[in-house]
Amino acid sequence: MRPYIREKKDFTFDEVPENTSFEAGYLTTVNSGWRSIRPVINSEKCKGCEQCYLYCPDGVISIEDGKAVIDYDFCKGCGICAKICKIGAIEMEAERK
Amino acid sequence: MSKKFLSGNEAFAEGIRLARPQVISAYPITPQTIVVERLSEMVEDGSLNAEYVHVESEHSALSCAIGASAAGARAFTATSSQGLLYMAECLYYAAGGRFPIVMMNADRSTALPWNIYGDQRDSLSQLDSGWIQAYAENAQEALDLALMSYKIAENKAVSTPYMANLDGFILTHTYETVEIPDREQADRFLPPYETDNRIDFDNPKNMAFSAGPDTNYIFKYKEHEGVLAARDVINETEKEFAEIFGREYTGLTENYLTDDADYVIVTLGSIAGLCRETADKLREQGVKAGVVRIRYMRPFPNEELAEALKNVKAYGVLEKDISFGNEGTVFTNVNSALKKAGVNVPGYDFVGGLGGRNISPADIEKIYSDIEKGTDSVNFIGIGGGNNGK
Repeated sequence: MRPYIREKKDFTFDEVPENTSFEAGYLTTVNSGWRSIRPVINSEKCKGCEQCYLYCPDGVISIEDGKAVIDYDFCKGCGICAKICKIGAIEMEAERK
Repeated sequence: MSKKFLSGNEAFAEGIRLARPQVISAYPITPQTIVVERLSEMVEDGSLNAEYVHVESEHSALSCAIGASAAGARAFTATSSQGLLYMAECLYYAAGGRFPIVMMNADRSTALPWNIYGDQRDSLSQLDSGWIQAYAENAQEALDLALMSYKIAENKAVSTPYMANLDGFILTHTYETVEIPDREQADRFLPPYETDNRIDFDNPKNMAFSAGPDTNYIFKYKEHEGVLAARDVINETEKEFAEIFGREYTGLTENYLTDDADYVIVTLGSIAGLCRETADKLREQGVKAGVVRIRYMRPFPNEELAEALKNVKAYGVLEKDISFGNEGTVFTNVNSALKKAGVNVPGYDFVGGLGGRNISPADIEKIYSDIEKGTDSVNFIGIGGGNNGK
């Protein structure tokens, strides 16, 4: 399941849990602002082998129609996917503002 | 019920065996070593069905216990002195995450100068970490605290880790006859641990997360409420304990001859017995002496102390601790309790037993006499008051 953004809201006293455990994946903001390089998938080359999907530490790669797709809202630009891709289908490109 | 001749460490291990922890992770350190040795033997001989994890440090020991608790297991660890200080970061994680881990701490001096003997500076330095802190007086109480600890810590309203403190060597290594409850009784008293605060594949959760300025204070308030809730839960648990096992305890404090006392020593741990004996001796001489033993430093017995001390002429706190540049921390806490309750009686701090130095009957008689006559605010036994007794 791809992460999705919930509406940010103020939690009342009673809504704050007694302990530090809460529904998994409750995201209220995107989180990729410090990325300086981004992975770009060459879908001509991509075989959908899922290695990048398995290795991505942030879980932001999914396989759609047999090809890897990156969720740039949460990708931190670590480059592990590009390193692990044996067929060179992922290249890191500089972010430009 | 059976009787055995056991040291404090061994008695605590027997109590933990009856409590059936599922994970034990600990790193040996004098004078705690024997409690984990006994537990590892129990795991080895099959009388305790637990995962015994050998770790490379105390930091890892408590981290492992936190992980086990987050998986829904009943977890135990034990340490002492420098080991407790090395765990310090994780103490706050365990408390903030509301993981009801139980730890035995063998109270021991902290370096430098290096010293393996008993005082209470290690655990008292961690009063603010969010753990419940109990101080045992004898081996029987140590065993009973071990059994009661999980029931208190795991209570839903409490959900707070529990540190049981035993005076290093004086209690951990001395032997006495201890009653060991039956397995069937113990199981009736302490059911298995159940919690929602755990990893669950059917109900995925984000655990041990961060919380910003908008909600952080609410988590801390609830953590505070949890420790405060232990006040009532400790009393209820002791009542149930007495019904099943026949031994009675008195909550956060234990009073001795305080009803009509003029001069009272407030203390904690194994030295309380000698204070009571001295009080008896002084009573024979016509001095109305009494003793309050603090059993729990957190939650702190504010009301109990105010009630016990409201009619005394003066009191002294005897503690194996000094907060350098101020006074002993127990004294600070006791003074605050009295101030809040509007009890205005003279009080003096007596710092003794540091690095395992013996506190003699004569020392305690002198404390009572100093309380009666009045003395410096802070006094080091064997040295003197604020001017070092010179």
